[in-house]
Amino acid sequence: MIELGIEEKTYTLNLGPQHPSTHGVLRVLLEMEGEYITKAEPVIGYGHRGHEHMAENRNYHQFLPNMARVDYLHALAYNQGYCMAVEKLLGITVPERAEYLRVILSEFNRISSHLVWIGAYLLDLGAFTPILYCFDDRENLLDLLDRITGSRLTYCFYRFGGVPLDLDDEFIAGARAFIKRLRTRFKDYNNLVTKNVIFINRTKGVGLISQEQCLKYGLTGPMVRGSGIPYDIRKSEPYSAYPAFDFEIPIGDKGDIMDRYLVRLREMEQSLRIIEQALDKLPNGPIMAEKVPKRVKPAEGEVYQAVETARGEFGCYIVSQGDVKPYRIKLRVPSFGNLSILPELAVDTLVADLVAILGSVDVVIPEIDR
Amino acid sequence: MELLAQFLGTDVGRLIVGLIGVMALVAVNALFLIWMERKVSAHMQLRLGPMEVGSHGFIQTVCDALKLMGKELITPEEVDRPVYLLAPIVVFLPVFLVFLVVPFSRSIIIKDMNVGLLLILAFSTMAVLAILMAGWSSNNKYSVLGAIRSVAQNVAYEIPLLITVMSIILMVGSFRLTDIVAAQSSYWFVLTQPLAFILYIVCATAETNRNPFDLPEAESELVAGFHTEYSGMRFAMFFLAEYTNMFIVSAVASVLFLGGWHGPFLPGVIWFLLKVYAVIFLMMWFRWTFPRVRFDQLISFAWKILIPLSFANLLITALVLKLR
Repeated sequence: MIELGIEEKTYTLNLGPQHPSTHGVLRVLLEMEGEYITKAEPVIGYGHRGHEHMAENRNYHQFLPNMARVDYLHALAYNQGYCMAVEKLLGITVPERAEYLRVILSEFNRISSHLVWIGAYLLDLGAFTPILYCFDDRENLLDLLDRITGSRLTYCFYRFGGVPLDLDDEFIAGARAFIKRLRTRFKDYNNLVTKNVIFINRTKGVGLISQEQCLKYGLTGPMVRGSGIPYDIRKSEPYSAYPAFDFEIPIGDKGDIMDRYLVRLREMEQSLRIIEQALDKLPNGPIMAEKVPKRVKPAEGEVYQAVETARGEFGCYIVSQGDVKPYRIKLRVPSFGNLSILPELAVDTLVADLVAILGSVDVVIPEIDR
Repeated sequence: MELLAQFLGTDVGRLIVGLIGVMALVAVNALFLIWMERKVSAHMQLRLGPMEVGSHGFIQTVCDALKLMGKELITPEEVDRPVYLLAPIVVFLPVFLVFLVVPFSRSIIIKDMNVGLLLILAFSTMAVLAILMAGWSSNNKYSVLGAIRSVAQNVAYEIPLLITVMSIILMVGSFRLTDIVAAQSSYWFVLTQPLAFILYIVCATAETNRNPFDLPEAESELVAGFHTEYSGMRFAMFFLAEYTNMFIVSAVASVLFLGGWHGPFLPGVIWFLLKVYAVIFLMMWFRWTFPRVRFDQLISFAWKILIPLSFANLLITALVLKLR
């Protein structure tokens, strides 16, 4: 209670860990003056499961399913990053067809991740309907991925040296139908959301990130591309079959929330382009490398392999000491870096803006906590 | 029997019967509106909505209400008890009183007052008081923020609402709702006052705290706003009041702009209810389509756009009436 005669200017508001718009168990301690925020401090660690420590206690194969639990929205990219790092360590070359399959599935997974983001983000802004349209599209996608990978969310599909199952005709037909369907749906999204005056007012000029800030905080993914830096691992450090495809890196110009939203929207279109090309050019051949050792026991050494997930750069750093278990695995996750800019962006904004900015970062909390 | 008929003929008798009728109407209407909202939202979102209980889930809300009645009423320890307990009642009382003057048809009106419109506007403002009481007494920061927002919002939107309504009053020359409806026997005022209608709908949406102006209970920002700490039937009272308020502002819209009970073929009361529910549907449509505006944008929209526009509308109306 405030005593009479004593003027208390600021108060503390505890946003989370149980709060509708923290997307999981993030807690943000806010120091407020009225509705304006003077200080924001994210408190993380509520979802800590110790994945990195787990890696030290099991062999390489056993750790593979863990990767999907780090970022549940773009699990296949994590799968890919880890598999590629181990392959690098073992010196295995993955056959071309397997690389194509990996690209197709990872890009589909990227689209599903972005669809969740758009829906959930608009929910943060108070629009209740778009999420169901996004989830309707995503449902089609999940059915498709379910058909080949056998799971809908926490995929564990790639293996060291390739993929275990080949695509069938039904999947290819379904994929083409989905590409067609999603392209027509973008028109609906633009009409319902992008051109909405309230949405524009909520997002234009809010949460501005300059290019210097991007570099200072080590941001990656749509956060950095929204500010106009075309940094995408798929282009800057090409991996897998990406060099074979023709696609663009969408970038924004101002670095506000609107730019980040548009970048993600255009990225989905680019992903569709990549998938289409991959389906057209799909080479024949094996889907699994020959001579993959049953018991993975790499020689001493260390590798780093980065992939572009829906949220940014995921890097997998493995140190091997010639044992069946890795000596150390360090996961460089994009959400952690991306969230670190929140305290700077949040100062002097309204609570509503904080929710909008936090949403635009597209954090996956288990990824931060690991 | 004769005595009863005599009693019903008097003002007091009419009032008592009317109040009982209103209570029934409020309860049934709220249950229906909640069901309607769930169905409207479901169909807008490619869903079916409640389907299990009754045909197309028609008695789902009755079950929900029964469940809420059976729930424990939790009173958090730190609340300001008297105010906390009073707020759900205060939010509901004015809602009842307003129904006294609503003309459902030429003859179905409990009390035809010459200040009917003023009474409605005055009492519907009292809801703010209840929200402030609820928010402040809950002793929860989210609740207080919701309450503060609500007061600022309602003060800002009351002004253009009143000024907009004034232009209709100028045209009719009476605050009596039956007079206003009677003046629209040849054409509806929405045709001559389209701007006023739009302004009224915007202000009414803000008054009832509906999306895109649902800041006092903005879920993604303030959890549940002013009623975060309420549970069970006390929460249901706020819920009921919200839906009844929707009915009232839509009824006023129907009286002021859509010709009230006027309409061909069907009886007046049916026409009146049809128009009311059409306006309610429009408000539901807003809710399930638009994102939420930001608080500062909301306030500046009221002061910088709505108030000048409503004044301009009033002036033009006055000029036209004078010159005619």
